[in-house]
Amino acid sequence: MKTVNITINNIPLEVPKSTTILQAAKMINIEIPTLCHMKLEDFCIENKPAGCRICMVDVKGRRNLVPSCVTECTEGMVIETSNPRIINARRTVLELILSDHPFECLICPKNGKCDLQSLAQELGVREIRYTGEQSTYRMDTSQAIIRNPEKCIMCRRCELMCNTVQTCGVLSAVNRGFMSVVAPAFEQNLDHSPCTFCGQCVAVCPTAALTEVDQTGKLIQALADPDKVVVVQTAPAVRVTLGEEFGLKPGTIVTGKMVTALKRLGFNYVFDTDFAADLTIMEEGTELLNRLTKYLNGDKSVKLPILTSCCPAWVNFFEKNFPDLLDIPSSAKSPQQMFGAVAKNYFAKQLNIPREKLVVVSVMPCVAKKYEAQREEFRVNNDPDVNISITTRELATLIKQTVQDFNSLPESDFDRPLGESTGAAAIFGTTGGVIEAAVRTAYELYTKKPLPKIEFEELRGMEWIRKATVDFDGLKLNIGIAHGLGNARKLLEEIQAGKSEFHAIEIMACPGGCIGGGGQPQHHGKSEIIKARQKAIYEEDRRLPLRKSHENPYIIKLYEEYLGHPMSELSHELLHTKYFQKQPEIIIEND
Amino acid sequence: MSHIKIKLHENQLQFIKDTCKEFNYNAGDLINILHKLQDKFGYLPSEVQEAVANELKIPTAKVYGIVTFYSYFTMVPKGEYPINICLGTACYVRGAEKILDEFKKQLNIKVGESTPDGKFSLNCLRCVGACGLAPVVMIGEKTYGRVAPDDVKKILSEYQHD
Repeated sequence: MKTVNITINNIPLEVPKSTTILQAAKMINIEIPTLCHMKLEDFCIENKPAGCRICMVDVKGRRNLVPSCVTECTEGMVIETSNPRIINARRTVLELILSDHPFECLICPKNGKCDLQSLAQELGVREIRYTGEQSTYRMDTSQAIIRNPEKCIMCRRCELMCNTVQTCGVLSAVNRGFMSVVAPAFEQNLDHSPCTFCGQCVAVCPTAALTEVDQTGKLIQALADPDKVVVVQTAPAVRVTLGEEFGLKPGTIVTGKMVTALKRLGFNYVFDTDFAADLTIMEEGTELLNRLTKYLNGDKSVKLPILTSCCPAWVNFFEKNFPDLLDIPSSAKSPQQMFGAVAKNYFAKQLNIPREKLVVVSVMPCVAKKYEAQREEFRVNNDPDVNISITTRELATLIKQTVQDFNSLPESDFDRPLGESTGAAAIFGTTGGVIEAAVRTAYELYTKKPLPKIEFEELRGMEWIRKATVDFDGLKLNIGIAHGLGNARKLLEEIQAGKSEFHAIEIMACPGGCIGGGGQPQHHGKSEIIKARQKAIYEEDRRLPLRKSHENPYIIKLYEEYLGHPMSELSHELLHTKYFQKQPEIIIEND
Repeated sequence: MSHIKIKLHENQLQFIKDTCKEFNYNAGDLINILHKLQDKFGYLPSEVQEAVANELKIPTAKVYGIVTFYSYFTMVPKGEYPINICLGTACYVRGAEKILDEFKKQLNIKVGESTPDGKFSLNCLRCVGACGLAPVVMIGEKTYGRVAPDDVKKILSEYQHD
């Protein structure tokens, strides 16, 4: 490998050729402030439009300061990362950005978590010397995401996620100069765009230009209503990330504390989406085996591969981009919606109350779940199966408002019957987890033998697209896994071209799966945080006594007492769904 | 920016497809393709942009980004009589802005817009090479020199006959 010799702040250093100054400085623990730059190391995602000009450094012999995020080191380069000239330049740049940014930090949804705010704090900005016109834009509130372009600083991280990683192509820089902003085509509303609501734009936005639709107010009202019975379900990926909002190390498992906090918030029953994840496996696993058996028996009406359908952004993606493939995803609803259907139809009956009296709340790592809960087909007489969906971040805000010290809370267990779950459900929160859970159950149902080994290492990891073959006692099952919608697109195009070798494919829209979801605590570009969350997910699986969905005693009971068997008529009615072709339309919003 | 919603005719769509084909569906030629389409249609409504995006397999938002970045591209059809006010240095110092304000007032439209009857559209440009006549206004191919705000009403009346 070719290297070059450079000097940073008088420290001599040898770095590989084509290392940027920013990377080189990091090697010797010299921090250079950045704003638009973002690098998710483990996913090979890097945003460096060199647009903000905060990371400017002084290179000896060059007239102008250079942006360290894109300037590569060359032989003999002498670099200074902080001197009065640099400090002055950075401050000026920041003041100029701030001069066109609303001053409403105190009531901003990103207050305390905003990269722009932290930078202003770090650089000690006390006054803005520049006054003048501020750009004004229309706010766009969709079913899941709010765009507030006035807070956009043109870092273009969202554009990278939306175009390069997710290949949705919704967001692009539009207009010119002072009026430029990141927006959908024709500055139309997200609801009318090809947006899947995956929320990766929200996950990387340094300010509050992109945030989730806040439903905490609506939730507090429901909790305060004496006529309602309010139940909550928590997604598998929430318990391994919630602690981060309270200063705990990424990867800390806080299941017990979370349950206590939810009880103290006033929920009548604290249940678990993991229960519904086990139910999903029963339905989806059975559907997989049915389709597989028919296919192997030569039934030409059956198509393979079967695709998982737990991820609402992924469902949106194929409905909007692959209308010809609507018959191959599993018809099983997502765990959130299965839970809603079981709660409103089975649990409400147990309580002897009408479904309208039961308020189902979900805590999700996701913003697309807000949209999913509002889909037409998931409501009966205009009463949605899931009434309110909040993100991990929103739950943290609620806990801060009510329960003072999260970290010293005692641990409690979920309520029964909809709170019992297995390790198979716990791993739903990571890429590879849903298909591993499905394989654990499908193997035993198909072979009628116990699994020789519960953990399928070959299905795990963080690579974008993974392939593995699982031996079902002689039957070789080819499994594909993709996370990130751009990678999903590659697998779907293979299917369209008739080149797919898979029997089953798991897709999750977000990098890393739900642990990297758009509703999770901000990772600020540190992909090691997402890896720590993944480790925690597998740890949660290992510490549970039951690790296969079909062994969950409450699932067995639910089938005995109510549903009959997987894929029964009642299962079909409550737990399965249909997909619809959704071509984006041009609807222009005039100011 | 105000937008106009239209439906493309089959032959218009075919022209877009042919143009994209002519450039080998190369997204790098997007600007050239848009030039050709604007020459043909007079403007680039959203439906044209969407059709181009489909042909080139690039996001519509990217096409819109290009159309809104370059001032030459317009999403509003030009009026029957396009008015161009020169805001070059010579015209500017001789009061072109006041002329522009007067046109805006008389027509009740902003720069880049057209009157509801489609008769006039209003735009600015930089220097038509007739600085001796500053301030200069062009309507279609016709040039008006040494225009004063008071002349605007009279100039417009020349086009009101039909």
